[in-house]
Amino acid sequence: MNSFETQKFDETDRSGQETGASDQKPAPESGSSAQSSRDLGTHRIEQKAERSHSRGKGHLSSGHQLQGRYQIMEVLGFGGMSAVYKAQDLRFPKVVRVCVVKEMLNTATDPEVRAMIRRNFEREANILATLSHPGIVQVYDYFSESDRSYLVIEYVDGQDLEVLLNRTEGFLSEEKVVDWAIQTCEVLSYLHSHEPHPIVFRDIKPSNIMLDSHERIRVVDFGIARLFQSGKKGTMIGTEGYSPPEQYRGVAEPRVDIYALGATMHHLLSKQDPRLEPPFSFHERPIHETNPTVSRELVEVIDRALAYDVNKRYGSAEEMERALLNLKSAQRGRSRATTSLGVSQSTQGGNVMALWRFACEDEVRSKPTLSDGMLYVTAYDSNLYALRAEDGEFMWKYPTEGGIGSSPCISEGRVFFGSSDQILYAVNAKSGRIAWTCPTEGGIWSSPKAAFGHVFFGSDDQRLYAVNAQSGRVAWTFDADGKVRSSPAVGDEAIYVGCDAGIVYAIDTGGQAHWRFRARRAVTSSPAITKDMLFVGCQDWHVYCLDIRSGWSAWRYRTDGPIVSSPTVKKDMVFIGSSDKNVYALDTDSGRVIWRFATEGQVASSPAASDRAIYVGSTDGTIYSLNIRTGEVRWRFQTEGPVTSSAIVHGDVVYVGSDDHYVYALPA
Amino acid sequence: MQFLRNLLGLDERFTDQAKEEPLSPEPAVRENQLKLKVGWNTNTGSVRRSNEDAVLVFTASHDGDEMLPPFGLFILADGMGGHQSGEVASSLAARTVGNYVIQHFYLPILISQDRDTAQPALNELLVNAFQAANRALAKQVPGGGTTLTCALAFGSRVYIAHVGDSRAYTIAKDGTLTQITQDHSLVDRLIELGQLSPAEALNHPQKNVLYRAVGQEGILEVDTYTQAIPEEGRLLLCSDGLWGLVNEEKIVTIIMEAADPQEACDQLVAAANRAGGRDNITAILLEPPLG
Repeated sequence: MNSFETQKFDETDRSGQETGASDQKPAPESGSSAQSSRDLGTHRIEQKAERSHSRGKGHLSSGHQLQGRYQIMEVLGFGGMSAVYKAQDLRFPKVVRVCVVKEMLNTATDPEVRAMIRRNFEREANILATLSHPGIVQVYDYFSESDRSYLVIEYVDGQDLEVLLNRTEGFLSEEKVVDWAIQTCEVLSYLHSHEPHPIVFRDIKPSNIMLDSHERIRVVDFGIARLFQSGKKGTMIGTEGYSPPEQYRGVAEPRVDIYALGATMHHLLSKQDPRLEPPFSFHERPIHETNPTVSRELVEVIDRALAYDVNKRYGSAEEMERALLNLKSAQRGRSRATTSLGVSQSTQGGNVMALWRFACEDEVRSKPTLSDGMLYVTAYDSNLYALRAEDGEFMWKYPTEGGIGSSPCISEGRVFFGSSDQILYAVNAKSGRIAWTCPTEGGIWSSPKAAFGHVFFGSDDQRLYAVNAQSGRVAWTFDADGKVRSSPAVGDEAIYVGCDAGIVYAIDTGGQAHWRFRARRAVTSSPAITKDMLFVGCQDWHVYCLDIRSGWSAWRYRTDGPIVSSPTVKKDMVFIGSSDKNVYALDTDSGRVIWRFATEGQVASSPAASDRAIYVGSTDGTIYSLNIRTGEVRWRFQTEGPVTSSAIVHGDVVYVGSDDHYVYALPA
Repeated sequence: MQFLRNLLGLDERFTDQAKEEPLSPEPAVRENQLKLKVGWNTNTGSVRRSNEDAVLVFTASHDGDEMLPPFGLFILADGMGGHQSGEVASSLAARTVGNYVIQHFYLPILISQDRDTAQPALNELLVNAFQAANRALAKQVPGGGTTLTCALAFGSRVYIAHVGDSRAYTIAKDGTLTQITQDHSLVDRLIELGQLSPAEALNHPQKNVLYRAVGQEGILEVDTYTQAIPEEGRLLLCSDGLWGLVNEEKIVTIIMEAADPQEACDQLVAAANRAGGRDNITAILLEPPLG
């Protein structure tokens, strides 16, 4: 595993911006307290700490000679314990032969430890000097002078992939990334088959891969500097972002390099720096989310390299190389068909057959209500229908003077429903005989709610009405700031409703506003409430979660279109549709998206929930049944018109209307 | 009082149906709604020489014609970085968030009861406050960083924002302890992936490594949570100096047996010190109002 200094060093190594003096990092607390002190694994903050304290002891200055042979030309970069110089090899006096000299500081105070670090350095340098591969930077020489050790390596005229990535506008091409990865696999194969022991690189990342002017890569920095940080846990950086989980258990086997190469490719293609993300979170951040142009086949290769379980990765660098080569030839064969993947389609659910259907004379946009084996449905043909729930047999209907878009409610043997003819009706649920009517001064599009022996509903006359359920007498009215088409939600202490002026009200049982919340556009969506929260959609594209006591917004979630659908709360999730065509499942506590399902049309229908499923219609004409946990399609049912009606679930049956004039009973 | 007048007015209008359910519930007992009990303690511990933990506690109540739900702001920051920058960072972060929340949340409440989308949702407001702290640190304490856990209690609900490995827990009436926040620590992530057992994690050389903290450059990602405080339950914020040394069972026992939140916090700190006190120890305990 790499330690802080190594990474620090690498960052400044090739940036070419750092000049000036370096110094050691301030000494960490010593002893046991150093171990219990906390580290920030995020490299940036360490980098700043480094800069702010890196003044004092000097680097080797230009002209300085080492071993009478290497003359320093300039500082390429430095870190806390090391520095990199560009130097000239004086052994070749007639030509300018440039090399890189890497200097490492041996800070151990115990003479035995110092000697051990030096021996380890010389052993590893010896191994590196014997490596010979076109993709590996050549080590020419090594030596130690007093408290410093030096490695002399080949100078590569080029830039590393991290610098290249940062300088690239848009995305790097898939072909190039695949090509570099293939070359890196070749280097890894060479290292992993080293005798007598495989060499595990342990630190594959974009900044350790240099690209020369001929598009050839060179793997640089064998992390030899890590030898100089023994026992310095207090300053150790934890997450490189590219290392696999098992590396943190001290495992160093060839497949850690496979993971790191996968991580490197993920970074190069997605442009998401893994050092700034939670560790090992590649699977939670699919490449397609930021860069949809990458082929699905390549994503599969990278995913396999990034498997947590080491046994699920490619078994060797050769195997990964073969997969990449196959990909390349397959893509050439197809003359590079760019597969653009959007939101992946959920598993196709099958279709269901209706148990029965009943034809009204116009569109059914409301939500049916079921009580005592009877289904009550309102339609734009101005009727309230009473059907036998079992088979859809017509029982009776009650005609009004206008189309009906709101839904009925039932309490104590009466059906209450409002009509665009401005009247609220109460009829006997069994016989359909009228009990009373309550005229208002505007069309009624708000669905009534019965509670406390009263019926609450809104009207286009900008009022919310509280009407005695027995007598039909108006107990009070509340003057809103706009038409009240939202349906009220009744809680223990207040009634909650929205209006077209974009205000959500909490109205106490005396008809006075307790609080009001101002959104940016009309609120025709009807609030859903829990013990302490209120959820509502708004035509300003947001779903709002409000504290029911104060009206303060706890969170809001922005969809990509106006919302007229009303939320449903179940199992700590809020379900709501948007005219952006999606159905959303949001976490009630945080507002985070749990899943999202894309239909082909606007979703004005309000989702209905059972224990396992969500039922919702779309203007694409389909009624969808979705898995409540995952949003996957369980089944779909196609009607002949847009579905703005909302479903109800009762036992094993779902009841829902459509603009094709039918009411359907479907198997849940 | 408008509320009662409404209730009386209402009764007059309902005289035609005396047998009906009353439309209004009993008025709530106001005193209980207004009291928020809190205790806190922060301690250097037995090994360290300085305390890099910072605490900010702020509570407010108002009774009158327009009653306000009780408000409480509880902030805990655990700093890191050499040369005293840990202490400076944690204190600056706590004060910056405190200042931001009072200005953008509580002062507007005192001025007006109306809610508006011009005021961001509470989770966004807390995230904005954290970003302000992040910027302040980047500017004033380069090289310093801090964990930051903030709980805003309003009524019986609590809103939490969190970065790092300090923790927020709820403790239910029956003593069930639930950790709300997730540690942004490397070993936590390894445990989550099944690569490390909790026992191995306790001795892992990198158990103190965080992958997210306030003081980073750029945009800071902040976790937010909101939930009701369980009825007759409590909310605990603590630094790793407590949860790293005192097990959950012991924490619950101390809290359940203490006479009040202050005594509980004192006992928690004492228990961590008895267990070695290797790190700075901080605990903030909140008992929400009843009803």
